[in-house]
Amino acid sequence: MTNTSLRRRITFAVARKDLRIEWNSRVLVNQVAPFAAIVMVLFAFALDNDGILQRVAPGLVWLATLFSMLVVIQRSFSVESADGALDALRVAGVDPTAIFLGKSIALMVQLFALEALLVGTAFVLYNITMSPAGLVEAFVTMLTATAGLACVGTLYGGLAAGVRGRETLLPLLLLPVVAPVLIGATRAMEAAFGSGGAQVSEGWPWIGLLTVFAVLFIALGSVAFGPLVDE
Amino acid sequence: MSTHSGTGTKATRGLGIIVLLMLIALAFFGLVFSAEDVVQGSTVRIMYVHVPAIWVAYLAFGLTAVCSAVYLSGKNRSLAWDRVAGASGEIGVLFVAVSLVTGSLWGRLTWGTYWVWDARLTSTAFLFITYIGYLAVRRLGGTHRQRARRSSVLALLAIVEIPLVHFSVNMWRSLHQSASVADPNAKVQLDGLMLFSLFLGLFAFTLLFVWLVLHRQRTLQLEDAFADRGLDAAIAARREEAVK
Amino acid sequence: MEHATFVIGSWVLTAGSLIAYAVWIIRRGRALSKHATNEEMPWT
Repeated sequence: MTNTSLRRRITFAVARKDLRIEWNSRVLVNQVAPFAAIVMVLFAFALDNDGILQRVAPGLVWLATLFSMLVVIQRSFSVESADGALDALRVAGVDPTAIFLGKSIALMVQLFALEALLVGTAFVLYNITMSPAGLVEAFVTMLTATAGLACVGTLYGGLAAGVRGRETLLPLLLLPVVAPVLIGATRAMEAAFGSGGAQVSEGWPWIGLLTVFAVLFIALGSVAFGPLVDE
Repeated sequence: MSTHSGTGTKATRGLGIIVLLMLIALAFFGLVFSAEDVVQGSTVRIMYVHVPAIWVAYLAFGLTAVCSAVYLSGKNRSLAWDRVAGASGEIGVLFVAVSLVTGSLWGRLTWGTYWVWDARLTSTAFLFITYIGYLAVRRLGGTHRQRARRSSVLALLAIVEIPLVHFSVNMWRSLHQSASVADPNAKVQLDGLMLFSLFLGLFAFTLLFVWLVLHRQRTLQLEDAFADRGLDAAIAARREEAVK
Repeated sequence: MEHATFVIGSWVLTAGSLIAYAVWIIRRGRALSKHATNEEMPWT
């Protein structure tokens, strides 16, 4: 078997394993999604004005995503470190790049589901409307932003895994790094939603930024994840 | 136990005295001898500490990255590289904090506000938070090797991350609303004595940085040695420090 | 000097934090070196 096909098989095995754990425990559905929804409702209380809500809806969707992401990542690595699964994989000589990619894919799937839910919530609660072109743009934005977020999240989540005090450390490490995603995804989503009179075409440069971010951190994560979780 | 007290040597003491004298000279040149700026008046005097502070911060984070890269490159896996990286990172955080505070005081006088969402300021704030995270990771515990690997990787990631943040904030400001903030340094016409004061500041702060790194990495070395020897001695030292 | 509070304030803040840090390092080094052997202090 060639090296690449082995790596691909491990990657999907890890992704499947993470998703199956999630599917069996339903933490995302039963806890994280309601948490994200209540955040959206709280935003509406804090910004008590329909006009403002429509204007800032894209930013709120992404902020809620970031906060929920922290919870999902903690969860993704606590199932590993609770019974030393990550160490076991490493000791068994499993390719760390494949572990990284697998966990990123699983995280990406979960985040994407969460974002779809949040955008749906924004439609209902904040009274958003979208053109067909905007819909496509929103989809591409979610895809590229989620790829970047999942890779960064897995990389830094792996660093903080299995360490005391990681619950407080992860946000400190992660939130500054994902600032470009927040900026890019919010602006692209504004264009897709047409909030503040933005045109759909204005969003594509931001999707470019999101793509650069995603590609960069897929590459960095593949290289750096091994040393980070080693020993 | 030891015949020598402290982390100083003859060389660091000499360097320390030179740094101290230069800083005193800087205070005289910066606050008394140098002229006020035509446009900014006396507020330009903040520049003589603000600019050297941010320069040292960049220098420190650069040194952190270089030492981390050397450590990870594997040719020379000495923990000394990691300790210099850590010492330098910590000092960098201190100097970024100083430059953020002095910068916002300066901004209040020249722009009328403590903070503007300009790309350079925003990415400096991110620099500050990122390296606070770096220091937190260094304190995570585990073996020295674990600490060194984790923090070295993190330092190299930070070097990639900061330009990306800078670029995206720049894009945000330029596409979203026009960048209204003029470069404060551009308005300053530096005459000879002002320029001399600025370079004196840069030079003095750089030497101060060297002095601080030397001492700090030696204390880190002692901390590591105590951790290797067992915690007892370190606890005793802490207790004695607290009593004093 | 106009704006003296801001100008002097920023100098005092800078000097204060740098001196505090330097003093902390030196004192910590002295406290630790009391319990160190000469082999643990290769700079001596």
